[in-house]
Amino acid sequence: MDNPMPLEERQLTGAGSGVPVIAPGHTFGSVTDKISAIVLTRRTPIGWYLGFMTAAALTGLLLVSLSYLVVEGIGIWGNNIPVAWAFDITNFVWWIGIGHAGTLISAILLLLRQTWRTSINRFAEAMTLCAVACAGIFPLFHTGRPWLAYWLLPYPNTMGIWPQFRSPLVWDVFAVSTYATVSLLFWFVGLVPDLATLRDRSQSRTGRIIYGALALGWRGSAMHWHRYETAYLLLAGIATPLVVSVHTVVSFDFAVAIVPGWHTTIFPPYFVAGAIYSGFAMVLTLSIPIRAIYGLQDFITLRHLENMAKVMLVTGLIVAYGYTVEAFIAWYGGNAYEGFMIWNRITGPYAPAYWALLLCNVIIPQILWFKSVRTNVIVLFVLSLVVNVGMWLERFIIIVTSLHRDFLPSSWGMYQPTFWDWSTYLGTIGLFLMLLFLFVRFLPLISIFEMRTLLPEAKGEQ
Amino acid sequence: MTIDRTAGREYWRTLDELADDPSFRERLSNEFPSEVEAITDPATRRTFLKLMGASLALAGITACTRQPEEKIIPYVRQPETLIPGKPLFFATAMSLGGVATGLLVESHEGRPTKIEGNPLHPGSHGATDVFAQAAILGLYDPDRARTLSHLGDIRPWSTFIAMVRAALAAQQPLQGAGVRILTETVNSPALAAQIQQLLSRFPAAKWHQWDPASRHYAGGGAIAAFGQYLDAQYRLDQADVILALDADFLGSGPGGLRYARDFAARRLPAEAGRMNRLYALEAMPTPTGSRADHRLPLRPSEIGPVARQIAAALGVGSSDAAAAERSGDIQKWVAAIANDLQAHRGTSLVIAGDSQPAGVHALAHAMNRSLGNVGRTVVYTDPVEAAPVDQIQSIRELTADMDAGQVDLLVVLGGNPVYTAPADIPFARALDRVQTRVHLSQYADETSELCHWQIPEAHFLEAWGDARGFDGTVSIVQPLIAPLYGGRSAHEVLAAMSETPEKSGYDIVREHWMAQTGAVETAFDRQWRRWLHDGVIPGSALPERTAVSALAVPDASPEPETVAGLEIAFRLDPAVLDGRFANNGWLQELPKPITKLTWDNAVITSPATAAELRVSGRPSAQGGEHGQIISDIVELKYRDRAVRGAIFAVAGHPDGCVTVHLGYGRRRAGRVGNGMGFNAYALRTADAPMFGGGVEATATGEEYSLACTQYHHLMEGRGMVRAVTREEYMRDPRVVHEGHEEPPRTLTMYAEHKYEGYKWGMAIDVNACIGCNACVVGCQAENNIPVVGKDQVLRGREMHWIRVDSYYAGGSDNPETYFQPVPCMHCENAPCEVVCPVGATVHSHEGLNDMVYNRCVGTRYCSNNCPYKVRRFNYHLYQDWDTPSLKLGRNPDVTVRSRGVMEKCTYCVQRINSAKIESEKEGRRIRDGEIKTACQQACPADAIVFGDLNDPGSRVAAMQAEARNYSLLAELNTRPRTTYLAAVRNLNPELGDGL
Repeated sequence: MDNPMPLEERQLTGAGSGVPVIAPGHTFGSVTDKISAIVLTRRTPIGWYLGFMTAAALTGLLLVSLSYLVVEGIGIWGNNIPVAWAFDITNFVWWIGIGHAGTLISAILLLLRQTWRTSINRFAEAMTLCAVACAGIFPLFHTGRPWLAYWLLPYPNTMGIWPQFRSPLVWDVFAVSTYATVSLLFWFVGLVPDLATLRDRSQSRTGRIIYGALALGWRGSAMHWHRYETAYLLLAGIATPLVVSVHTVVSFDFAVAIVPGWHTTIFPPYFVAGAIYSGFAMVLTLSIPIRAIYGLQDFITLRHLENMAKVMLVTGLIVAYGYTVEAFIAWYGGNAYEGFMIWNRITGPYAPAYWALLLCNVIIPQILWFKSVRTNVIVLFVLSLVVNVGMWLERFIIIVTSLHRDFLPSSWGMYQPTFWDWSTYLGTIGLFLMLLFLFVRFLPLISIFEMRTLLPEAKGEQ
Repeated sequence: MTIDRTAGREYWRTLDELADDPSFRERLSNEFPSEVEAITDPATRRTFLKLMGASLALAGITACTRQPEEKIIPYVRQPETLIPGKPLFFATAMSLGGVATGLLVESHEGRPTKIEGNPLHPGSHGATDVFAQAAILGLYDPDRARTLSHLGDIRPWSTFIAMVRAALAAQQPLQGAGVRILTETVNSPALAAQIQQLLSRFPAAKWHQWDPASRHYAGGGAIAAFGQYLDAQYRLDQADVILALDADFLGSGPGGLRYARDFAARRLPAEAGRMNRLYALEAMPTPTGSRADHRLPLRPSEIGPVARQIAAALGVGSSDAAAAERSGDIQKWVAAIANDLQAHRGTSLVIAGDSQPAGVHALAHAMNRSLGNVGRTVVYTDPVEAAPVDQIQSIRELTADMDAGQVDLLVVLGGNPVYTAPADIPFARALDRVQTRVHLSQYADETSELCHWQIPEAHFLEAWGDARGFDGTVSIVQPLIAPLYGGRSAHEVLAAMSETPEKSGYDIVREHWMAQTGAVETAFDRQWRRWLHDGVIPGSALPERTAVSALAVPDASPEPETVAGLEIAFRLDPAVLDGRFANNGWLQELPKPITKLTWDNAVITSPATAAELRVSGRPSAQGGEHGQIISDIVELKYRDRAVRGAIFAVAGHPDGCVTVHLGYGRRRAGRVGNGMGFNAYALRTADAPMFGGGVEATATGEEYSLACTQYHHLMEGRGMVRAVTREEYMRDPRVVHEGHEEPPRTLTMYAEHKYEGYKWGMAIDVNACIGCNACVVGCQAENNIPVVGKDQVLRGREMHWIRVDSYYAGGSDNPETYFQPVPCMHCENAPCEVVCPVGATVHSHEGLNDMVYNRCVGTRYCSNNCPYKVRRFNYHLYQDWDTPSLKLGRNPDVTVRSRGVMEKCTYCVQRINSAKIESEKEGRRIRDGEIKTACQQACPADAIVFGDLNDPGSRVAAMQAEARNYSLLAELNTRPRTTYLAAVRNLNPELGDGL
């Protein structure tokens, strides 16, 4: 390192951390060139085409699955009585949870002035949007008559009927739709200056027109920047409570019910922590290959990866605490149904899934205590996948094992996913990846102008 | 209805039509020139118009509702009694196994839709069994035989008459030596008279009877005891101590409905000294055994010896030495039962089951006599059967005659002997030697396949007839609808063989009874109308035979019961009986009592024996304990014959014995019943029709999926069924509530409901319920509940609104069994109501938890949150919207649900509303008992009571005020409106709690 890092930046990026958030040697120009080139000038790598085609094929599978679902009915899935919710709601909660990291990174870390967030916030937000899009599919299509699902919306109608506001599902509608709207606005507002950059640098007429339209006439005047900063900060303020509220409301779907294993007050914090946990895992899963493929190691440095690993470690511990308290209260509370529920999770027919969940979410992530692990890209990538699986299992365990043996032993049953359960789930993963591939190809995946503010030049001008 | 989709909707009448070969077309053009175009031309004028209509509809004119294509014709002059929307009820009767049950059938605009018991009929008292409830579906079954055919070709009735008359004319000189009539057990006096008439015309002709459901041994027992056929009738209302020797007298057999009611009426612990005590020695656990205060599982062959020991202790006969060596445990039982019977001379009762040999029946007669029960708890009458015979002998003789080529004309009136005949009687082979074979049956079944003439039989709701009930009471069988498929009754077929071939069933029956009464036309007409209205002929019950003195005490050891090795017991299936209901989806999908199996029979044995055979059944992940049980297939080898079936272990089944149910493995039952289960008739021989020894069971290593709706029968200490002993209960009735807490009523966020008008509630007496399932089918018929098929039951998606849970207490070798019917609880704090996002399930001001199908979007949250899991979801389009005949059978007062909606018990809200309209017209409140829910109405044990809780004088209010009353899962603060009355067992202190 030729020139030592200025003092202010060390303060900004967190004391004591040796690795910078942007590799040395970059200038305003090189940052802009490097990021915009991915969209405008660089040859699209063959890997992009392969990945996109695979994702598109899976999206096709999703379309087929959903069409067949609408034509034939929920019966194509394995759901039954007593397990009336299974993969559908598991996937919904999983996707919504994944989305949380994006909002957390962009809004809360912005307000907390964690500038290291800058190089990951853009695609974390994009990931949020894609995840919410995937999540939204499930509550809509898991209804027996999806063409009437709009009855959950409060709209004036000739029947004079409102939704039943005591139902957490109605709260879900508000929570998720608000979340989707704010996330979209936040992401788009953040994009505007960069869209203008793309407009200015685009070689093709089509590009100039499209990016130009999307840039909303951004000219980079001081007034623009002033308005932008205000709007962005306001949106961050609005988005911040959503990080907590959305998954809290989602957890109400369970906590409000009387089913043993659902009816518990620990769910809101435990769900929020779990959401951030899985969200950061997904950001890692995505950012590690992207920085390798596009050579963005300069911008997404080990510092970022390590920070995210730390967040995962903390949230993972909160989640582990949740598991422990759930089991403890089941015993301490003396409720026979709760006690049986935990015992059934530990030893019942779904016990392998429960133990796999503990392994994935609690035991394996403890290696994050070691710095050598937190800075090992390969290990982090594998670990992020493990946590993704673990968090999916967590939702599956909560939903299916609580339902399959509830109060009356005469009604105990089991659930087994069918081909269509899997195809719908894989299909949403395909949709998620396809949208992300499009994003990476057509929009700057790192915020250009915000990256520029991280450069020593920017500090120098101050 | 699940009907094979590939073959669905397209019905063909003959194999030729299906094959569509040129000769068929040619014949068609000769016979029906006008129809040829419709069948052969792919684009007829009608199709063209249809296409035009469809394109107009697609163009956006209107395509919202599907209008029927047929023209409708309004009544020009409305029939006097017929008010659209108001059902009419007609009395009729249904016969099974030679015993009739009186019924009232609901008819909507000429379509019978629901069957109830006839309260005036002594064999029903308003109750019904599952078979009567399911008969409606049988009537409208699209797979019924539809045309009279000869070798597969359609023939008119007149051709048949000509043929049969010619055949009879040819027999005239031979006095009918080549004529044979084969019927099932005949309990119709008019039919018997017709047959006698025919036999008098053709003295050399013979009448045979074969009914696999007949009570072979009971008749033999009567012969052994009295030297003549006599029927025993039991007065359970008089009996304090009852001993059942493998007798399921509550759940099946003649008079079962009546006995169940009389028995239940003596189970009320509040009435001191009235509570009876039941001992059951039985093999396959039955509803009766599960209601017993003491049940001893024994292999079928062991029951006779133990009965003999009890008899010896009572001073009847002498106990054989071998039996005396039995373990001390059995001796304790023998002594205790004998002492208890002795102590209740004149008010005790011994009942031998139909599966026990004649010797045991004779022994039971002797014991009853010695105990002074005859004339008090048991009475004897002449048989209800018109002409009781040893039916095994009867079919054996017929087969021998056929085999010898002595039969020229065989007329099979009902039944399916090719399928049901004993395995060692080569009926099917011998049948081939008969010149002309005529089969009257509702389905083109295994027997029709081998007969020349197939006559579609009229359903009992389609034809006139008469029938005797269990006590001999005669009912006139009234049709409610003209034969849907041109069916004929046995009366009409026999008329065709008489001098008056075209005589209608109505005339035959009416004239028979006019001759019996000797009344003149006008006077008789008044009587006749009364009979039809009431459904019974007054005073027609058979008189008690008081002079049955010549009671032989049977020899102590004549029975050849040297049964060695693994035993096999044959039983009629509780759902499809002898196989005749195999194509009835309601019955196929009915979870059988105890086993809770649907759609299949199984090789049933005890857990210990299954373990010995190294076979087992285990829940799979698909549906689990509430769906799919993967069972090992065993091969049963018995007397050189073998079948393969899935093993199913049942707690309380005796060790060293397997039970197989008859009626499955049908090849030609119809689309619903074909290929379900295995055919146990293939093992059943004439000399051992009920049980035998020396069967070999070997695991094949293959597996089979059984659809089982409840595999887990343990209560897990949750006290769903509360059971106490009578002693405890008499000491302090509050014992029922010990260890159960109910939260205070103030513990709720929401304001209490007011219920100013009516406040509907239900009480179910667990102590009375025999688990017979009549409520389940009754509910299915009343509420248009679809059949989902085996595949969907495997996935845990059956649709029944009321289910009968069964729970065990105690060890698996001989547990106590309790039945608990579970409909919707209609909770006051309903967990389902709060979570529905669209308000599709709401609380009515009368306390009903209403389900608004139109509003339901199908999130299924309500089902997740229902602790009782009584909600059912239409995962597919389960209801058959297309088959025309099935549409006729639906209850027009109940919505037919579509795919994607939740449904559940409504407390029969349609019946409530109909009663409300009536009461409002008359300006009064609904009277107690005016509304009966479908489950309540069907229940033979009177275990279910529904009514207004705001009326302190109502029965349901009284029951809910009883000390035995408790709420299921009360600790959840759901405040169920449906409550249960705890079971009370009346133990013999000598035996203690050791069962």
